[in-house]
Amino acid sequence: MIITVNINGKNVTEDIEADLILLDFLRKHGCYSVKRGCETSNCGLCTVLMDEKPVLSCSMLAAKADGKNIMTLEGLQKEAEEFGTFVANQGAEQCGFCNPGFIMNVIAMFREYENPTDEEIKEYLAGNLCRCSGYEGQMRAIKKFMAERKGAK
Amino acid sequence: MKDTVKNLKTVTKPIMKKDAMSLVTGKPVYMDDVVPDNCLIVKVLRSQHANAMVEEVNKKAASMVPGVVGIYTWEDVPQERFTMAGQTYPEPSPYDRLILDKHVRYVGDPVAIVAGENEKAVDKALKLLKVKYEVLEPLLDFRKAKDNEILVHPEDNWKSLCPVGADNKRNLCASEKTSHGDVEKVLSECDVVLERTYHTKANQQAMMETFRTYCYMDTYGRLNILSSTQIVFHVRRIVSNALGIPKSKIRVSKPRIGGGFGAKQTVVAEVFPAFVTWVTGRPSKMIFTREESQIASTPRHEMEMTVRIGANKDGKIRAIDLYTLSNTGAYGEHGPTTVGLSGHKSIPLYNVEAFRFDYDVVYTNVMSAGAYRGYGATQGIFALETAVNELAAKLNIDPMKIREMNMVHEGDIMYAYYGEKSNSCALDRCLARVKEMIDWDNKYPCRDMGNGKVRSVGVAMAMQGSSISNLDVGSATLKVNDDGFYTLIIGAADMGTGCDTILAQIAAEVLECDVDNIAVLGADTDASPYDSGSYASSTTYLTGKATYDAAMKLREKIIELGAEMMGEDKEKCEFDGSKVFYPESGKDVSMVDIGTKSMLNNNITMELTESCSSPVSPPPFMAAAVEVEVDKETGTVDVLDYAAVVDCGTPINENLARVQTEGGIGQGIGMALFEEVQYTEEGRMMNNSFMQYKLPARVDYGKIRVEFESSYEPTGPYGAKSIGEIVIDTPCPAITDAVYNATGLFIREMPITPEKIVMGLIENEN
Repeated sequence: MIITVNINGKNVTEDIEADLILLDFLRKHGCYSVKRGCETSNCGLCTVLMDEKPVLSCSMLAAKADGKNIMTLEGLQKEAEEFGTFVANQGAEQCGFCNPGFIMNVIAMFREYENPTDEEIKEYLAGNLCRCSGYEGQMRAIKKFMAERKGAK
Repeated sequence: MKDTVKNLKTVTKPIMKKDAMSLVTGKPVYMDDVVPDNCLIVKVLRSQHANAMVEEVNKKAASMVPGVVGIYTWEDVPQERFTMAGQTYPEPSPYDRLILDKHVRYVGDPVAIVAGENEKAVDKALKLLKVKYEVLEPLLDFRKAKDNEILVHPEDNWKSLCPVGADNKRNLCASEKTSHGDVEKVLSECDVVLERTYHTKANQQAMMETFRTYCYMDTYGRLNILSSTQIVFHVRRIVSNALGIPKSKIRVSKPRIGGGFGAKQTVVAEVFPAFVTWVTGRPSKMIFTREESQIASTPRHEMEMTVRIGANKDGKIRAIDLYTLSNTGAYGEHGPTTVGLSGHKSIPLYNVEAFRFDYDVVYTNVMSAGAYRGYGATQGIFALETAVNELAAKLNIDPMKIREMNMVHEGDIMYAYYGEKSNSCALDRCLARVKEMIDWDNKYPCRDMGNGKVRSVGVAMAMQGSSISNLDVGSATLKVNDDGFYTLIIGAADMGTGCDTILAQIAAEVLECDVDNIAVLGADTDASPYDSGSYASSTTYLTGKATYDAAMKLREKIIELGAEMMGEDKEKCEFDGSKVFYPESGKDVSMVDIGTKSMLNNNITMELTESCSSPVSPPPFMAAAVEVEVDKETGTVDVLDYAAVVDCGTPINENLARVQTEGGIGQGIGMALFEEVQYTEEGRMMNNSFMQYKLPARVDYGKIRVEFESSYEPTGPYGAKSIGEIVIDTPCPAITDAVYNATGLFIREMPITPEKIVMGLIENEN
């Protein structure tokens, strides 16, 4: 089947097999930030934005992205760097494998919430597992990022 | 803190990890991001039986699938046994593996390797393979394994290289007895002797990046292995043993690694693509699914530990007797060594007159265990620390106080720790500080919240080691480049912990330059100096010491070349990081010019390597106090606040030390409350995805607070000891203690599930 997907602002038209997973489709098109961690929608590593909403690309067919806009971290390098610097300043990126999915979801969170509470942050990001950091450093990074953003306004 | 530590410019500073910005912006730096598209896909067919002989594999239909390049079974692979454990030769883990074996020993053991042009073809071929098994009765209860008539390894070519007490005809992977003093005599003199048995289950490291390896033949006809591994040099030896090819034909390197925690201290994926590439000459890769990583990998050893602990009425602990039964599963990777830590890194927390520590490690028909952060110490510390808390409860003594009375101090001889002296130990300060942090005196033992919930506190201590004494080798190569920047080449593997940065900090401190002035390369068996690898809490301590030594010697070389350029006596010249100068005349020559000179008409080698091993393995120490809320109706335990204070000697990078600690505690909370490898009666692993195997998410616990109370380890670089492993050791015993203080129940089997609490409370009522 032929699909057309807008990946990070660029239209891609391709004849795909019907069972192709969105994650594999995106990696095939150079979006290597999208990682597979579990195959069962539990870890959040494969989070991408589909028409602005975070989705798990490991559990979605590429066909479902036909006609949609997909954003991966490759297309959000400025935001990734801005927020990622706060993570890096904590040393909380550690192995880094979960970072792209986590940061995608953080970007999505801040598009929905101006000033999320601690509980809202934890709930929003509950599906983003990290085995290295124990989450505390990620939380410090989010809080410092929010404080700086507030100060800048 | 020593004055020398206070004045440091780079060491102790929270410097950003060198690779951090690449990682947070999602750059393609991991194995599967950097390999070419044209490589063969390698997968294995796995046994559906826990114990069986492969009678026949019918490959006919599978071979006809377009795109299938090769199907290999046990007849196609070398028949010399080897171990997949990444350990220094001669390996203590028995040689009990083949790449593929006629005898399959757990559900998940590989039966056939399939290589093909694409994943679809390989998946189809796997479905079409027809295997005829002779199904045998499995041995699944590790308590019945020793001297059972079912033998997991009946084969004659099974081999044990070291005297670890292994005997395959008794299902023994290892067995040993050690003691100091007359335990029975001292116990008979004690006012109280407590005997308790504790049980910890297998746990998965569950690093986010599953096992994966890419192989290709290079220009020189050598097998190149790019693998997500902690142990490049051990991989070279193990693949050489497995394939029966010379080590000179193999090169192993690692890209960025998506977490390891010990899992990648064992060869798990490597041998399969290595075999395929060696046989076909074509590049190939194998990427484990999460299911494979769950069912056919290298989890923590399940252990059952029986502790006898004797004390006087006043709380003075006098003797400890520990027997550990460890379940190594179908193969013996890390079996003989992990078990040792269950006693040698728990008992020395206390000064006792006598101890005894015996153990057996047995084979069973479940997935082989391996190395997981803590490496046996985690299990032993859960048992011993809980026994101490049970003793305190029986004697009606505050568990903080019983520790204050009995714990190890700086200068003590630790008889259960190979007689080593505790040269650096701030455990007393760690304990005092966590007591304050959690507000112990106001919160111990518990408060009834009036809504069916009880809040309570619990405490535990821990120790680990820093490298394996008299065995591990840490090495560093440093060289001067043009413009005067340096390259640091290591064989240790940064698996996210930040060792590339930490080692660069040590070099930068000595060479008085910015960390950015040190480029780090590692790890590559062709380029790196030999290093045992990143495990056993060794990198900061041992490779750090080698880096320090190399940098100190390179300073001398820099001065020598600078002096020659000025035509002065090198003995009278000095180096300040940017120039070599001659104080008497005021002459100097810049580091930039020295770098240029090193490449122009030069006879002084501006590159050197230092290696080191240590006669001691200085333990880091740690204390933790936790506040939990237990719902007595549902049995749910919520961790509200986890206070931890670590003595890792000098933290080389406080940010990274802190995040290591928080992460280790997070994993430990998982082990204490959620995580458990379970099997069906047929030996099929039940928790084969993250649906069933519950890693802690960020909503699953409250806050973790970490502080440092540093001692100064005289043998470590800038006083440093290790931190990577100890941090997982306290949650099981601390949370168990808190649950007791809330409910009166000591849960002696991990994890502490709500069912165990509710059933225990019902039993107590009756």
